[in-house]
Amino acid sequence: MPRDHTIKSVLIIGSGPIVIGQACEFDYSGSQASRSLREEGIEVSLINSNPATIMTDPVTADHVYLWPLTVESLVKILEEQKIDAVLPTMGGQTALNLAVEAEKQGIWAKYGVRMIGVDIDAIELAENREKFRNHVKQLGMSVPPSYIANSFLEGKNAAQKIGFPLVIRPSFTLGGTGGGFVMKEEEFDEALRRGLDASPSHEVLVEKAVLGWKEFELELLRDLNDSVAIICTVENMDPMGIHTGDSITVAPAMTLSDTAFQKMRTDAITLMRSMGNFAGGCNVQFALNPENEELIVVEINPRVSRSSALASKATGYPIAKIAAKLAIGYNLDELKNQITKTTSAYFEPTLDYVIVKMPRWDFEKFPGADHKLGLQMKSVGEVMAIGRSFLEALQKACQSQENRRMGLGADKKEWIQTQDILKRLETAFDDRVYRVKDALRLGVPEKTIHKLTLIDPWFIKQIKSLVRIEDELMRYNVAEDIPAPFLREMKELGYSDGQIAWLLRIHEREVYRHRMKLGIRRTYKMVDTCAAEFEARTPYFYSTFDRENESVPSDKKKIIVLGSGPNRIGQGIEFDYCCVHGLIAIKEAGYESIMVNCNPETVSTDFDIADKLYFEPVYWEHLKEILDLEKPEGVIVQLGGQTALKLAEDIHREGIRIIGTSFNSMDIAEDRGRFSDLLKELEIPYPEYGTARDADEALAVAKRTGYPVLVRPSYVLGGQKMRIVINDDELEHHVLTIFKHMPENKVLIDQFLERAKEAEIDAIFDGEDFHIMGVMEHVEPAGIHSGDSHALLPPYSLTEEEIRTMAFYAEKIARSLEICGLINIQFAIKDHQVYVIEANPRASRTTPFIAKAYQVPYLNIATHVMMGTKKLRDFNILKNLQGYAIKVPVFSFEKFPHVDKQLGPEMKSTGEAIYYIKDLKDPYFRKLVSEASMYLTR
Amino acid sequence: MSEAYQSPAPAVLLLQDGKVFHGEAIGVKGTASGELCFNTGMTGYQEIFTDPSYYGQLLIATNVHIGNYGTKATETESSSVKIAGFICKNFTTDFSRLQAESSIQDYFVREKLVGIQQVDTRELVRHIRNKGAMNAVISSEIFDLGRLQEILGKTPNMDGLELASRVSTKEEYFLGDSSASYKIAVLDFGTKRNILLNLVNRDCYLRIFPAETPAEKILAWGADGYFLSNGPGDPAAMDYAIESTRAILKTGKPLFGICLGHQILALALNVPTFKMHHGHRGINHPVKNLVSGKCEITSQNHGFCVDPETLLQKTDLIEITHVNLNDDTVEGIRLKGRPAFSVQYHPEASPGPHDAHYLFDQFIDELADYKMNKS
Repeated sequence: MPRDHTIKSVLIIGSGPIVIGQACEFDYSGSQASRSLREEGIEVSLINSNPATIMTDPVTADHVYLWPLTVESLVKILEEQKIDAVLPTMGGQTALNLAVEAEKQGIWAKYGVRMIGVDIDAIELAENREKFRNHVKQLGMSVPPSYIANSFLEGKNAAQKIGFPLVIRPSFTLGGTGGGFVMKEEEFDEALRRGLDASPSHEVLVEKAVLGWKEFELELLRDLNDSVAIICTVENMDPMGIHTGDSITVAPAMTLSDTAFQKMRTDAITLMRSMGNFAGGCNVQFALNPENEELIVVEINPRVSRSSALASKATGYPIAKIAAKLAIGYNLDELKNQITKTTSAYFEPTLDYVIVKMPRWDFEKFPGADHKLGLQMKSVGEVMAIGRSFLEALQKACQSQENRRMGLGADKKEWIQTQDILKRLETAFDDRVYRVKDALRLGVPEKTIHKLTLIDPWFIKQIKSLVRIEDELMRYNVAEDIPAPFLREMKELGYSDGQIAWLLRIHEREVYRHRMKLGIRRTYKMVDTCAAEFEARTPYFYSTFDRENESVPSDKKKIIVLGSGPNRIGQGIEFDYCCVHGLIAIKEAGYESIMVNCNPETVSTDFDIADKLYFEPVYWEHLKEILDLEKPEGVIVQLGGQTALKLAEDIHREGIRIIGTSFNSMDIAEDRGRFSDLLKELEIPYPEYGTARDADEALAVAKRTGYPVLVRPSYVLGGQKMRIVINDDELEHHVLTIFKHMPENKVLIDQFLERAKEAEIDAIFDGEDFHIMGVMEHVEPAGIHSGDSHALLPPYSLTEEEIRTMAFYAEKIARSLEICGLINIQFAIKDHQVYVIEANPRASRTTPFIAKAYQVPYLNIATHVMMGTKKLRDFNILKNLQGYAIKVPVFSFEKFPHVDKQLGPEMKSTGEAIYYIKDLKDPYFRKLVSEASMYLTR
Repeated sequence: MSEAYQSPAPAVLLLQDGKVFHGEAIGVKGTASGELCFNTGMTGYQEIFTDPSYYGQLLIATNVHIGNYGTKATETESSSVKIAGFICKNFTTDFSRLQAESSIQDYFVREKLVGIQQVDTRELVRHIRNKGAMNAVISSEIFDLGRLQEILGKTPNMDGLELASRVSTKEEYFLGDSSASYKIAVLDFGTKRNILLNLVNRDCYLRIFPAETPAEKILAWGADGYFLSNGPGDPAAMDYAIESTRAILKTGKPLFGICLGHQILALALNVPTFKMHHGHRGINHPVKNLVSGKCEITSQNHGFCVDPETLLQKTDLIEITHVNLNDDTVEGIRLKGRPAFSVQYHPEASPGPHDAHYLFDQFIDELADYKMNKS
């Protein structure tokens, strides 16, 4: 069926603030859907309370509503806009729940809005575990034995019948919240209680645990003509028992025969077709018994899901984009493959590479959190790596993590005590893959590791081959001795120069030099959905060490934007927003825009955002070769958070221009000593501070500044391990903890300005004019991390004089640092004295918030300023905000039941929302202020 | 320093146009030549190796890991490996599947297959995509390019090459239950085992005839229906099969053809075939059924194709029932008003999606209808 022309305007519902289990992948699907619909001439309205999203930007949608995701908001929109249809499948569980709620209240019917891309009955069937189980069984497929329980007693009875180990799955929750494995009877009561509490319907499923079965995920697309295509099949290296969001996953499936796969494929299609009638995406999870290849249906999500973004990036097939087109009536066979532009959109992508997705955890931010992996998702982000073999992709994934690892082991971070490792492997922890390698290195048999981890022997054997090759490398003493074919083999297996250097105890430079002499360089291959069968023009590349290089640099002038790597606390979706705008501005300025990042959840790594995309680790060795090949005019590091900024020094040393603020200026702002010297020179007050290399030095500094002091390691993100201490004992204790975890780090000690107010300024400086984008005042007092505080734009209690002083200092700093582009400055205000706490010479977490609240395309302006293609005076900046915009932090504490929820200097929030108020009499705001003052009494 | 780094046993791949790839030897030591073709499927390597339609071809796997799940005797499409040689990126001897019997290396050795790994298969596929299918030679014993050129010179060109008789059964045989509802005469041009199983499982009793069996002998059995199998080579070089098919068509009984069988049916109707630039080989090819309006993902393996222009001039006689959504090539035809049809792709899958199994049911329905109308 061709497009339904009665649909002229569509409302897309977003997924709200980032929480664990529902992150920026839904910004990716929402933006793609919006662009896809606008291509068809459809007017798109978009509601999402998350201001850091690109979907809520004027570049994405016609009408943006940064409103709370409530039925009231929907009604207001429907009063304002003539909406023909609502597309609720792009915003995860949140959007669906809201759409269902509105449906129940009869809102859609009242305003004559059709729900498209979804079948409510299908959703309810998928969500209602008991109904779903019966449905699956009726289709002749299997599910694990289980019982539904609505009470404690029913739960106990079920456990008796099933035996242990078993699983508790609460109904209607996100990312497995409240669920878990119960291995022993003793643990059952508490687990059952937690499950019942977590479910809004006070219902859990008690299910037999199929631990160790292989786990697979299929992404499907279906149209109204009932054509179905499997877009991607993903194998979880971590078998059943670990939430797929916390599993290392691989595509294509590595250990699946055609017989087993086709059974899965047919079952998935039968299932999708049996679940109502809707056009769009769907995700089905299976467990496969390795003993007899028996299949069990684990779950189905009849919507674009968390894994759709990964499947899109893994195959090159834009699932959300096509799903949106199907929702407005197109059939798959009427659409073109977006990558080849000549072949059909109805086909199944095939891969001539391997992708590995590796989750990124941030347990350091949640002291007391249980690191154990299970049914409940705990990771806050993920990376994807692409290679021409599983091991190459796996090691690249490790290099993408930005957790100071150089690959899978061989980087002096290995564990060396067999007993410790074996003990550790008894439970699945976040570091499991590294420990598997360590164990193999120490000679632990593959069988033992399989018994402990239940990881398929194929993966274990693969990792074992790394151990063998490392042994082989030990024959050589210096880089020059390594024969070319052997070095090539190691590089093909994903080893970084740093790992090879560490193994030989030589310097990385020597390996690099030898490698260059031998001409062993990265080549780039295209992700094209079809294994090169058809010609594709998508500029989506990954590196490998194979023979032919397909990435031919154009003769245009190019600018590279560095992304921010995996999402984590303190660095997430907001930088994706910044990168997307940066890329658009680069194109506007007539340059070729090139994106480098490894985060599959992002919009900036979509195939049609940049002129060229390198899906690569944001890791110097990889970046260096891209620079060598592309020879760009320069690199923008201001938009990719601290991750990108950290690479500025290497880029600068290479003689490549940093677009915007120079490396030296950035270094001054980043280096505490140099920055304080500057402030002193500029006569700007700052809290007393000092650095210490040991506890004695720390005590001496504290004596000088006086207590309380703020203690933290230097060079960390989001206030990791930051504490406020009030006396020598506490200081000593905390300093020792820091050195224990980060032995080579220095400790920073700042005088803590008690009861101070905190505020920040985001600004742009073009060398002549200085423009303040926004001044935000925090509601919570100093001592609560800025990322965790509520903040008002513009300030609500600071005096004009205080704001003037802040602005004056900010301009002074920007001028003397010769900032070119963005700067964020944080202030503390105590007794009308304004102190500068820190300056970030880059886009900050709040930049997108301010751009949205004032409706000014600040990132576009800033990028033009950085490039020098435009000056501030070339823009007519009109801030448009009535009243105030409140930045509301959002937490994912329900994922960490035992974690201290008390806020402090260490950031814990995972996302944010925007909330508008007309004036300061607003009850929501009054409540905030009264709660905030409680911090002072503590 | 201890002994020097031991490079794995080398192998070389030389293409007709002079392009050379160096890699590592797999399978047995030796030399193999044939036409290069690539398959884009991500599962089902063993089914592909044993598919007789690949006879005489050097197969390139685009999937970068081959061998991960070992080999299993029941997952074959004929009694032996039919490809002439094998080219891949990563060949894995370590396999993991409890149901598997041996590693792919052991299997290759048993089947005496020559292969090469650690080749930039993507470069190779792009080359073929741009230049078209061509002959090549793999060797793990001869490294002198001049000598390899000589071998290449003796390798026959696929165009005009008759191969079906070489992979067809030498002796006729029966399959299934002799009391089954339908007696089907199968013309074996190199049939895949799963085609036969699909028929047997649908209550058919099969008599499988060697490719070159004279029509009179086939017709004499008095089958309820006829099946034209898949197979290798150029269909235009198979006069014997075209003649037999014309004779079968005269009986008016149900006829079903797959792949080469489809091309033979077309040729029997005076619709020519042509050699494609580089063919369709994979398990992700989109096909639209023009009769039902439904779409299916299909398993394909063909280097020749039926000419659409001629078909369009014969619309009174022949209907195009299926088209490929990627390149609009003809995927299925049917004789108007008669129970004879054929498809270019592989409804039996193995490997590949099971979307098109309905075609076997359709054949059975036509057999039933024919029987009923006759009685």
